[in-house]
Amino acid sequence: MPIISNVTCPVCGSLCDDIEILVENNKVVKVKNACGLGESKFLNYNGHRLRKPLIRKNGELVEASIKEAIRRSAEILADAAYPILYGWSNTSCEAIRVGLELAEEIGGVIDNTSTVCHGPSVLSIQDVGYSTCTLGQIRHRADLVIYWGSNPWSAHPRHIERYTAFTQGRFQASIWYRYLAHLSAYRARRRLLRALKLSSVREAPTIEAEAGLPPTLFRKERKMIVVDVRRTRTADIADYFLQVEPNKDYEVLEALRALIRDEEIDMDTVAGVPVETLEELADVMIGCKFGVLFFGVGLTMSMGKLRNIDTAICMVRDLNRYTKFIIMPMRGHFNVTGSNVVSTWQTGYPYAVDFSHGYPRYNPGETSVVDILARGESDASLIVASDPVAHFPKAAVENLVRNPVIVIDPEPTPTTLMADVVFPSSFVGIETEGTAYRMDHVPLPLKKIVEPPSGCLSDMEILQRILAEVRKIKRETAEVA
Amino acid sequence: MDIAIKDGKIVEKVEGKGVKVIDASRMIVMPGGVDIHSHIAGAKVNAGRMLRPEDHFKDVEVKTEKTRSGVGHSIPSTFTTGYRYARMGYTTVFEPAQAPLKSRHTHEELNDTPIIDKGAYPLLGDCWFVLERLAKGMIEECAAYVAWTMRATKGYAVKIVNPGGLEAWGFGGNMRNIDDTVPHFNITPREIVQGLCKVNELLHMPHTIHVHTNNLGKPGNYVNTLETMKCVENLAHGDKPVIHITHCQFSAFKGRDWHTFASGAEEIARYVNNHSHVTLDMGQIVFTETTTMTADGPFQFILYQLTGNKWINGDVETETSTGIVPFAYKRKSYVHATQWSIGLELALLIKDPWKIYLTTDHPNAGPFIYYPKIISWLMSRRAREKVMRKMNKRARQKSLLSTIDREYTFYEMAIATRAGQARALGLRHKGHLGLGADADIAIYNIDPTSVEPSKDYQLIRRAFKHAAYTVKGGEIVVKNGEIVKSVDGKTFWVDVETSPSVDEFVPRLKQVFEDYYTVQYENYVVPEHYLAVSCPVHTKAEI
Repeated sequence: MPIISNVTCPVCGSLCDDIEILVENNKVVKVKNACGLGESKFLNYNGHRLRKPLIRKNGELVEASIKEAIRRSAEILADAAYPILYGWSNTSCEAIRVGLELAEEIGGVIDNTSTVCHGPSVLSIQDVGYSTCTLGQIRHRADLVIYWGSNPWSAHPRHIERYTAFTQGRFQASIWYRYLAHLSAYRARRRLLRALKLSSVREAPTIEAEAGLPPTLFRKERKMIVVDVRRTRTADIADYFLQVEPNKDYEVLEALRALIRDEEIDMDTVAGVPVETLEELADVMIGCKFGVLFFGVGLTMSMGKLRNIDTAICMVRDLNRYTKFIIMPMRGHFNVTGSNVVSTWQTGYPYAVDFSHGYPRYNPGETSVVDILARGESDASLIVASDPVAHFPKAAVENLVRNPVIVIDPEPTPTTLMADVVFPSSFVGIETEGTAYRMDHVPLPLKKIVEPPSGCLSDMEILQRILAEVRKIKRETAEVA
Repeated sequence: MDIAIKDGKIVEKVEGKGVKVIDASRMIVMPGGVDIHSHIAGAKVNAGRMLRPEDHFKDVEVKTEKTRSGVGHSIPSTFTTGYRYARMGYTTVFEPAQAPLKSRHTHEELNDTPIIDKGAYPLLGDCWFVLERLAKGMIEECAAYVAWTMRATKGYAVKIVNPGGLEAWGFGGNMRNIDDTVPHFNITPREIVQGLCKVNELLHMPHTIHVHTNNLGKPGNYVNTLETMKCVENLAHGDKPVIHITHCQFSAFKGRDWHTFASGAEEIARYVNNHSHVTLDMGQIVFTETTTMTADGPFQFILYQLTGNKWINGDVETETSTGIVPFAYKRKSYVHATQWSIGLELALLIKDPWKIYLTTDHPNAGPFIYYPKIISWLMSRRAREKVMRKMNKRARQKSLLSTIDREYTFYEMAIATRAGQARALGLRHKGHLGLGADADIAIYNIDPTSVEPSKDYQLIRRAFKHAAYTVKGGEIVVKNGEIVKSVDGKTFWVDVETSPSVDEFVPRLKQVFEDYYTVQYENYVVPEHYLAVSCPVHTKAEI
């Protein structure tokens, strides 16, 4: 029974690379070290999946040979005047490279899922830059960890344990014991509330908001703060939870920035937070030795979008006058960072790249896929490892499915149901090797641990074959002409 | 005289039918250009690309039958980088700052950089493992680590950037001078440079240590640069260089502050003229808009505060840091004009062209596409004077250039742009056209018997901008400045043979690996099949 160690987990942007997997008869039977998300992917990926290429004939998706599906896809793409190629965040960099070549060949638009996720972060970075680092720097040095608009305990479950508050660094110790204290207090409180509910007391007493910041925040050792619009699991284990009124992150960030610059604020509260609390918080931020601000989609996709990130970055930049401070986006899909990275080195731009002029053009809002679809400009699409039908706005989806759709995906999704050609691919990081980039731009290898089912090619191979076929069609038409 | 090429090498003669002949009469034939220091690939370069869409909008490359599309100017995309170097007759380029943890990234980009041969220097001057071993005087253990790093990251040379300063930058600090103590590590920059220089000699690395000095970009830093060169004086054997001071222009500043700023080129040149253990490259300023990017995080923070431009910082755990700031060099600025003068003063005052090479520290002092301009400045006093007439008056009056008559000959130019760099890098098959050399050849459409570079500097500029032919590995890749064929270049890396072998050192490294990094040992190592065309250079170490 082979145990495969140091496997990189192809789920979230934390890209934990210490997973151990027990394989029996080409089947994953046991997973060690992974979080719930990772473990369930490794154990269950094979249950519900596509196994045969499908082509829509007379309105029905029917099984077809891979050759037929390749030919049909190539015809669609070669004929299209303005095709879109979307997805890419759940596949390997090697596949993305081929995707970019294909987009260039057919003069299409290639965009990845950051367009609906951390796209605003990219725009802000292009405006003002940012001060960042790799996660190990935080592990060794950070004494102040802030999660803003992100909930790693649920979305990046091992992030805190591996990279931030609960990890043992050279200059900073882990604070897991404080977590235990928090957890037992949390459980006790829940028990108490439940008991009160069951007892005859009609109204359970509400826990009053803490006055001022807890004393732990002023200690020298590591501390963790969560800022969010609602109390999350991550907030439960933090030293301090700052609740902000929805869509008012911008105000809080600007207020903090002003306070950090030693300016006075002529108000009592900002977004429901007393200014005194913000003043204390600003002092904690200035007073730390190495602070880090992680932000999630709670900040990028709430009101203000890129302006939120702008001001968060500027705040961190200002803090660097007094101390060391870092900011980092919490990237979601395991290789969304990689899709930005590969696109940037080949074209100069991280997403929303338009090849229709024969060279890369970039103008999010014009060349981003959602906007193209909303305006109904594209006439074909290739979707790789993504599910826009389930996630895009209705108007965009309507225009997407009005034209031919080709999908490369291991799993059946709403998009595959609406597609004209469907390729079942192998799972990258389980059945195919490749490279992916962690949220801090550290490249890691993805392993092949089991064989894919017969007939399931890798994303890269399928794309290569489509590209070759497109070139063949182009040569044929050139000869005829 | 004829040059015969067979199987990618220069041979005595070729016979038989169907031999392709290039008529290069009345043209200059040189070995393919070699660039010892140019930031073309890797995490930092790509962060710069991402940061600056405005840099790409104005300069694009359209897809053709033979070439991929891309964008250009100061941080061109990978394909464009390869094509543009080849068009200038350059065939070998080294990426000088590879964060070891992110070396996969560097190699992925190098794989996508067509035509040119390449390699990368891992940053080792602030690596915890190195600092700890050197602080304890464990030179051999440090050497084993360096040998392992070269293999693990597929690196080519030991790069040291602001030794000790980047570790201090982890908490926002820096090194003020060569004898400052690195916080938490009980070692000084001097000891780091000396230690790694000894390691480099023990390992018989093809290139010397490649040093970006402390205090780079600060007035008065030439003293520190001289100290850095002096501190390894005793480690030299015979005439062999043991240290390369890179983009020396940025490290040759005199004065107490920006108001009293002046050139320290004369002092550096005097020292280099009297010593044989140092080589330099220019880091020549070009008056243009560009992007500065270096592993020297603290310096880039200063530059951000100075300019207020957008700023990227990117620290890498246990190893190094990064900074990126867009920057414009202006003729009318006293400081910038003086910097322009310093680079040329260095190149002209150092008598031996084997000691100083042409670079712009691309893209820091200017994009590499401006090399032909710099060639014209070096070959023609008149070209220099033309620039000086338009630049800042105070800088012009203080510049030594008006007193320097020297003009590079074509031979000297060939040394400064290929032969010298190839020798410094220990690339025996590059930088010359002798038998057995790689058939990397640049042919420039200029007749050295009739053209006077001193007067016809514009002709020179044009000729070096677009090679008449570039031959790479025996194949014609450029004709009349256009790419006619795209080939894959090799990636050089150093495979050091040690005894006991590096493998025996690995268990000791693994012990600390988990405490240091957030990735597993196995996933850190870049396997050889990762390189599109791997070309290990074998050396035998003294350990």
